[in-house]
Amino acid sequence: MRSPYRITHAAFLTSPPGGYFIKIFLKKAKKYPPPGLPLWLGIAYNFTVRFGYLCKVGENNVRKYVIQRLIQLIPVLIGITFLSFAMMRMAGSDAITEMYGDKGAVAQEVIDAKRAELGLDKPFVQQYFSWLGGMLTGDMGKSYVSGRDVFKTFTSKLPATLLLTALSILMTIVISIPLGVLAAVRHDKLTDYLLRFLSFIGNSLPNFFVAMLLMELLAIKLGWLPVISNGTTVKSAIMPTLTLAIAMSAKYMRQVRATVLEELNKDYVTGAQARGVRSRVILWRSVLKSSMLTIITLLALSIGSLLGGTAIIESIFMWDGVGKLAVDAITMRDYPLIQSYVVWMAIIYVLVNLITDLLYHALDPRIRLGVSEG
Amino acid sequence: MKEPTVRVQKIKKDTIKTRLIFFGALALALLLCSVFCEHLTPYDPYVQDLKNAKAPPSLEHLFGTDRYGRDMLSRVIVGSRTSIFSTLLLVGIVTALGTMVGVFCGWHGKWIDTVLMRISDMFLAFPGLVFAMAVAGVLGGGLQNAIIALVAISWPKYARIARSQTLAQKETPYLKAARLSGSGTWKIIFKHILPNIIGPILVTSMLDIGTMMMELAGLSFLGLGAKPPTAEWGSMMSDARSLLSSVPWVTLAPGFAIFISVMIFNLLGDTIRDYADPKSGGR
Repeated sequence: MRSPYRITHAAFLTSPPGGYFIKIFLKKAKKYPPPGLPLWLGIAYNFTVRFGYLCKVGENNVRKYVIQRLIQLIPVLIGITFLSFAMMRMAGSDAITEMYGDKGAVAQEVIDAKRAELGLDKPFVQQYFSWLGGMLTGDMGKSYVSGRDVFKTFTSKLPATLLLTALSILMTIVISIPLGVLAAVRHDKLTDYLLRFLSFIGNSLPNFFVAMLLMELLAIKLGWLPVISNGTTVKSAIMPTLTLAIAMSAKYMRQVRATVLEELNKDYVTGAQARGVRSRVILWRSVLKSSMLTIITLLALSIGSLLGGTAIIESIFMWDGVGKLAVDAITMRDYPLIQSYVVWMAIIYVLVNLITDLLYHALDPRIRLGVSEG
Repeated sequence: MKEPTVRVQKIKKDTIKTRLIFFGALALALLLCSVFCEHLTPYDPYVQDLKNAKAPPSLEHLFGTDRYGRDMLSRVIVGSRTSIFSTLLLVGIVTALGTMVGVFCGWHGKWIDTVLMRISDMFLAFPGLVFAMAVAGVLGGGLQNAIIALVAISWPKYARIARSQTLAQKETPYLKAARLSGSGTWKIIFKHILPNIIGPILVTSMLDIGTMMMELAGLSFLGLGAKPPTAEWGSMMSDARSLLSSVPWVTLAPGFAIFISVMIFNLLGDTIRDYADPKSGGR
């Protein structure tokens, strides 16, 4: 297998050759860029050298890994933005057709003038770059339907979705970790079979069906909760949170069980048992401690997919977040809104995955200290 | 862990075989039901009978009727054709496309491999359903476009499996011998590589049927799949969801239909995985 710590091509190109004397030279170079250079070249030189220094003499594997991952991020981000942009262009309608489409005959000159004003007559790649520039400065155009600024609308709805995601993850942790550990401890006993059966059912339930069942049960039959949410209150958050948590718990209970079971089957557990350590102590002190890292990583990796999966649930429960915004935008063919939703969700997803991965590497002492897996 | 004895292994294998036959029969029954759905319906699923609208479940209408008086049992049975067939079609297309791309990448290597794998990285960078929703939204609703959207998000997974398997096969001595003895590229791919790598890919696709069915139904539920007059489980649920408080059976009947078929396909997938690799059993 390829080592994850291999310096990437780009980093290699920007880093000067290693060796002790060069290190010292670089330390000096870091402070004094060569004289006689224009200022921007000096700065560029300085950055290159610092970057190379970081790559080359970083004693810490993690640091190299971070840099490698950050470099890998660049093409992915370009890909995401390009794909989103190209997709909306392929839709076959732009701001002009949306604007004049239903107003009958409009003089071709008016259309051409508007096209030139919005920069839609330029080549595709140029349009992409101007759109990208706009996106980075928070200008993603105006909604076709409401005419409001897309980015502002998006950011105003984002907190509600983040809140829902956070609550669901919290609930998933509360449900799935204890049950998963229980199932692993009671391996092949009745409890285990029962829990596995439940998780199987949870895995086969589509989340919109769970939402309907909960509505029918909690809101209509028992009347405990309002059917649709009225604002982001605690009461209206219960059902969407529960819906998302049920599907996720079913999946994660299995993974928790498998992780703990794997740890329980290791030799040191048998050794501890042979020495007469009580099984409760083995479980809490050793097994859970070492499997927790994997469990938490698995959970964190699901945050991204959860962010996307909230769309259906938000529109069922009228939760006023970006998911509902996107579903509404899709039904009304409001392309700028869909575009910003896709781009930002993908960026959040990529960043969350990156942070999780980096944290995993930073927290695991075996990797942090550069010990190979034994 | 102690290795199970040969006898225990054999017993395990036998139970798995029984399970395989049982769930295979269930899935087959489901398929037959969707093939012959017209002959199984007690009423015409599209005929409206407004006098009898919103009737609760009874002996005449086992699942009740919807707001136009259409018999729900008939609609659920007819819906199985759209739901199950389009799911199977979807899984088939994804498997074929992903395998093709993966084998091609693995076999050809060089820059084509790099380019295609970077493209698949890009597709994997999107959260699945978000991307599918956007594609379906851009293409406009309709079952066909929902299938295209789901194909777009799921092919990279299969391409990766097929690619790594092809790479592993490429290094085996028998394949080197085949190349040395002058077999052509196509002969090697179809006669040697494909039969050897298709196992894990098929297991993955069997495990995916349930998920795909749920995702397709989810898109239909959002109005991005089959359009309402067509009987499709997801759109049927969405159609009646405003009436949940007064006529819950109209929403819940197709929901249970999705649940049961997803469960059957999941059970079948799990069993096939256990059958192919008994060591993973019980995990």
